[in-house]
Amino acid sequence: MSAIDTLRLSAEEATGLLERREVSGRELHDAYLDAVGARDEQLHAYLRTVPEPNGEGVPVAFKDVISTKGVETTAGSKILEGFKPVFDATVATRCYDAGLTLLGKTNMDEFAMGSSTENSAYGPSRNPWDPERVPGGSSGGSAAAVAGGLAPWALGSDTGGSIKQPAALCGIVGLRPTYGTVSRSGIVAFASSLDQVGPLTRTVRDCAHLYRIIAGRDPCDSTTVELPAPIEIPEATELKGLRVGVPRQLNEADGIEPGVKESVDAAIRLCEELGASVGECELPLSVEYGMPCYYLIAPAEASSNLARYDGVRYGYRAKVEGDLGKLYERTRHDGFGDEPRRRIMLGTYALSAGYYDAFYGQAQKVRTIIGNEFRVVLEDFDVLVSPTSPTVAFRLGSRTANPLAMYVSDVLAIPPNMAGLPSLSIPCGLSEGLPVGLQLIGPQFSESLLFRVGHALEQAIGFDTVPRRLR
Amino acid sequence: MAITTEDVLHVAQLARLELSDEEVERMREQLSAILEAVGKVSELDLEDVEPTAHPLDLVNVLAEDEPRPSLTPEEALANAPDPEDGFFGVPAV
Repeated sequence: MSAIDTLRLSAEEATGLLERREVSGRELHDAYLDAVGARDEQLHAYLRTVPEPNGEGVPVAFKDVISTKGVETTAGSKILEGFKPVFDATVATRCYDAGLTLLGKTNMDEFAMGSSTENSAYGPSRNPWDPERVPGGSSGGSAAAVAGGLAPWALGSDTGGSIKQPAALCGIVGLRPTYGTVSRSGIVAFASSLDQVGPLTRTVRDCAHLYRIIAGRDPCDSTTVELPAPIEIPEATELKGLRVGVPRQLNEADGIEPGVKESVDAAIRLCEELGASVGECELPLSVEYGMPCYYLIAPAEASSNLARYDGVRYGYRAKVEGDLGKLYERTRHDGFGDEPRRRIMLGTYALSAGYYDAFYGQAQKVRTIIGNEFRVVLEDFDVLVSPTSPTVAFRLGSRTANPLAMYVSDVLAIPPNMAGLPSLSIPCGLSEGLPVGLQLIGPQFSESLLFRVGHALEQAIGFDTVPRRLR
Repeated sequence: MAITTEDVLHVAQLARLELSDEEVERMREQLSAILEAVGKVSELDLEDVEPTAHPLDLVNVLAEDEPRPSLTPEEALANAPDPEDGFFGVPAV
């Protein structure tokens, strides 16, 4: 069989084709490489593809933050140009052990710092729905690859919305898992108390399958835990008995576009039609202080994690006349782009003598009250819903001049992350011809429930994930 | 919250990051704006609140002290910009 429709084939269907021997792993791999050849010059979803599959299974794309043995891994940064890891990240090993094969490494904002992939040192990716617009970020390459039919599924990473927001902007499904359920071993570190790897897929069931493959305790990451129960692949198409909470502040925040609100409100009404009860609730502090809290904690942790890039053991080294100190300073100046530099400076400032208590210490306390606020609300509701992103995909260049304008992209995605909660983004409609994402938030370890709700809504909504201009 | 050029230079020194004069000025403006926005956290009175360093209630994870295979010297040096006789080469300190 040669006519593999990479725009529509789900990973589950691809698995079926392989099991029934209707296609070979090689044919599947080549079909995606053909699609890359046809469309990726425009989309720039990939930084590099792998010509030979490492097995006979379903291909998967990895965000370039995931270490792949012998395959260049740059995290979108010039400072890691040419870096070939000498070991695989645990999530890569788990994928290979499950029979998946590596298709390529996807583009991203440098060190996962950004919401549009415009911070990649290798040039931006573009949105398959409209190439004049961003795919979101930082896992924008993974989202564009899946939405554009250049991969059946992909892994990304999410620190402050970096899976959910690009999934929303590209009209696909993205899971930010419960912190601690997916190993960070071999992931280029950004903010260690927040970073989590998760799937970007075309269906909720694919998302559940891929999460089941990557989740679980890893002896190489002592912050991981065993899942309390196996992940269930969702079947149900109704939501009887489910209590859906609509946090007012997450649904009425400044900057939410009317078309986005309309689409999300329709999905909320659909929950009721499917048998759920819906009620309003309040998360006042989490929404107002979530973003300031995030932009202290994440840069502080980043400034520490990025201290390792010094031009000595791996990565880029500047050519300098002078001593070791000069070598460090010039290497870091030349190797890092604007956003990592800004966050290193911000984080170093927030951690420096005299400011630690006022900024970092205070932000850690805010994190406690955000966790408490969610805990109270989730006693009354099983899941919470909101838009994933206040806007649909925005134009390239429209938010690059002002860092704060870009940071606002994640104002709705950040609060659950600060509390370590899982959240799932599914496409729920179109606004101005561009996809709108619905964010579903649940208690820690509630991924199976999020998949069940997401699947039921997905079936009822019937969103076509193939970008209109490619149909 | 406005920060000064001296603040920027001091923090850049702590972070081992070279900045040109023009970059120092731009950084001063941008950091001031960002700190103004994130400084909002200090509005809250959180005297009695415990800080959260980690979102899960984890206890210490202990491992048996058993040797496992690790990187060979060649693998450890495989990505080094200037390896020298089995060491990482650097200019004079």
